[in-house]
Amino acid sequence: MSKKLFIKFLDVIPTAIGISLIAFLLIRLIPGDPVMLLLGERGSDPIVYEKMKVSLGLDLPWYEQYWSFITKAFSGDFGTSIISKNSVWEEFKTLFPATLELGIVALFFALTIGIPLGIVAAIKRNSFLDYLFMTGSLVGYSMPIFWWGLILIIVFSVNLGLTPVSGRISVLYDIEPLTGFMLIDSLQKEVIEEEGFSAFISALKHLILPSIAMGTIPLAVIARMTRSSLLEVLKEDYIRTAKSKGLSPFYVICKHALRNALVPITTVIGLMFGSIITGAILTETIFSWPGIGKWILDAVNGRDYPVIQGGVLFIGFIVVTINLTVDILYSIINPKMR
Amino acid sequence: MKTNQSEEVTIDNYKPSFLKKVTQHKGASIGLFIILFFLITALFAPFFVNHDPGTIYENSLKVPPVWAAEGQTSFFLGTDDLGRDILSRLIYGSRISIFIGFFVVILSLTLGTLLGLISGYFGGTIDRVIMRVIDIIMSFPSILLAIVVVTLLGPGIKNAVFAVSIVSIPGFTRIVRSTVLVEKEKEYKAASEAFGASPFRTLFLEIFPNCLAPLIVQGSLSFSDAILNAAALSFLGLGAQPPIAEWGIMLSDAKPFIESAPWMATSPGVCILLLVLGFNLFGDGLRDILDPKLER
Repeated sequence: MSKKLFIKFLDVIPTAIGISLIAFLLIRLIPGDPVMLLLGERGSDPIVYEKMKVSLGLDLPWYEQYWSFITKAFSGDFGTSIISKNSVWEEFKTLFPATLELGIVALFFALTIGIPLGIVAAIKRNSFLDYLFMTGSLVGYSMPIFWWGLILIIVFSVNLGLTPVSGRISVLYDIEPLTGFMLIDSLQKEVIEEEGFSAFISALKHLILPSIAMGTIPLAVIARMTRSSLLEVLKEDYIRTAKSKGLSPFYVICKHALRNALVPITTVIGLMFGSIITGAILTETIFSWPGIGKWILDAVNGRDYPVIQGGVLFIGFIVVTINLTVDILYSIINPKMR
Repeated sequence: MKTNQSEEVTIDNYKPSFLKKVTQHKGASIGLFIILFFLITALFAPFFVNHDPGTIYENSLKVPPVWAAEGQTSFFLGTDDLGRDILSRLIYGSRISIFIGFFVVILSLTLGTLLGLISGYFGGTIDRVIMRVIDIIMSFPSILLAIVVVTLLGPGIKNAVFAVSIVSIPGFTRIVRSTVLVEKEKEYKAASEAFGASPFRTLFLEIFPNCLAPLIVQGSLSFSDAILNAAALSFLGLGAQPPIAEWGIMLSDAKPFIESAPWMATSPGVCILLLVLGFNLFGDGLRDILDPKLER
């Protein structure tokens, strides 16, 4: 196992270099002069222009530029946003928890509904419920979530008035960001003393629609995966043995079958992170959720290249790290891999 | 005319034709029906519409669909905020989506298959290099990668096609590579080489035909991804640009009016969902038909 993992680990290095190269080249391949793009009208002053060029390191050969880009990145310097003038890393750090919180809640929603649906579909194979759930999951899988989000808003916010349309918490509450997770921060002692649980409930209400929108595709994938991997396991001899011992079907499913069926599902969940980020970009745009998805899209529309560069770099690395973690976890859970 | 051939068909050697298998498979036939429906509306769009998709009716802004109280029969699905007929725009929009999906699949299938064939057949360093590049592409969420491409090339349909194609390449490469890895161990490959066939002849004429079945399935599934991603890009303002009648653009146009004119948002999304669902159903069905080993 350790040798295999070591090779996996070595495999990550060229991928990481590739991602950093893409992020590095991004700012240099933009049509037009990057210095002029960064400076705007002020670039017409040749002194300012030269100063900017030197400070960006654009007068050096490309491999030296790349090297300084990498060394700066390791010390936490990813440049500054053209629009807000803040450090890209600082902006990322404050916005990432919002995306993470939304992602975790969305995944929780997908798991708590998707796994039971998959189990029922597998046990009642070829029944009406099976067809209903699997058709439903195919519809969920085909869902354009940018439309789904709008429909949720039309139904639940506009027509029924149950949930808020945008943001993370009502503007009435001024929450000190402690962890960056609104659900946790709204439970701080001072907040509860002042407002009771109303701040927490407001944060929860703001989370419901975006997490349904974002969790729908993962839910569909999880339900289908649970069904097919449970069907696979139910064919095994040890299930027949357990049944013939006279154990109740419920016990056999929960204790014997599910444990093995869930192994491939953990991998899928890990690999779904990419599609969750895609979901984040779309969901955050629709619900004005202040996370990194909206941050990157705003940067694209505002031509804020350092932010795009940083975003590409961070997300690429997060995905690579998660994939590696999933590989390691998988070989720990699944004894066959050892 | 003699019908000798049909008499020879007995229960034992009866093999239903491919088309027959598709029509017997419930999911695949529903998917095919949806795809054909949109294909026909796209091809014969001018015959189905009673309005030009770009015409602005200044006196009929935000007319609700025909079943609502204030609906007008001439605007079946209502009009948008500028007074354009929604049904006509939807029908013309199917042209854009199918066009994008078609070109994305052609582009990414060709490139992805070539990379997969080379990678699987030759192995070694070239395999490692190609698979690393594929890994890098896959470590970017599809929309983010498309955003990067559009940032470099600028927004527009052509660049959106290009961006979405890059995103779709890894699927083809991986599926072809894994098929080649299995097939090249078989004896016909050794036989072909023993006859003195060049590696390229063996690869393209002997091994490649075995990749066709998984490729067709993957093609149908990436068609649906392409439509979804392209519509998402247009929705975000990075793909097709207004005033083109495109489903993603129609949705982003509808966003400010979800309270006053919710029908503007419903129908374009239903179209995207249906067409994507059609390709997914068709692809899943094809997989069942072409790969009997996979039991449902």
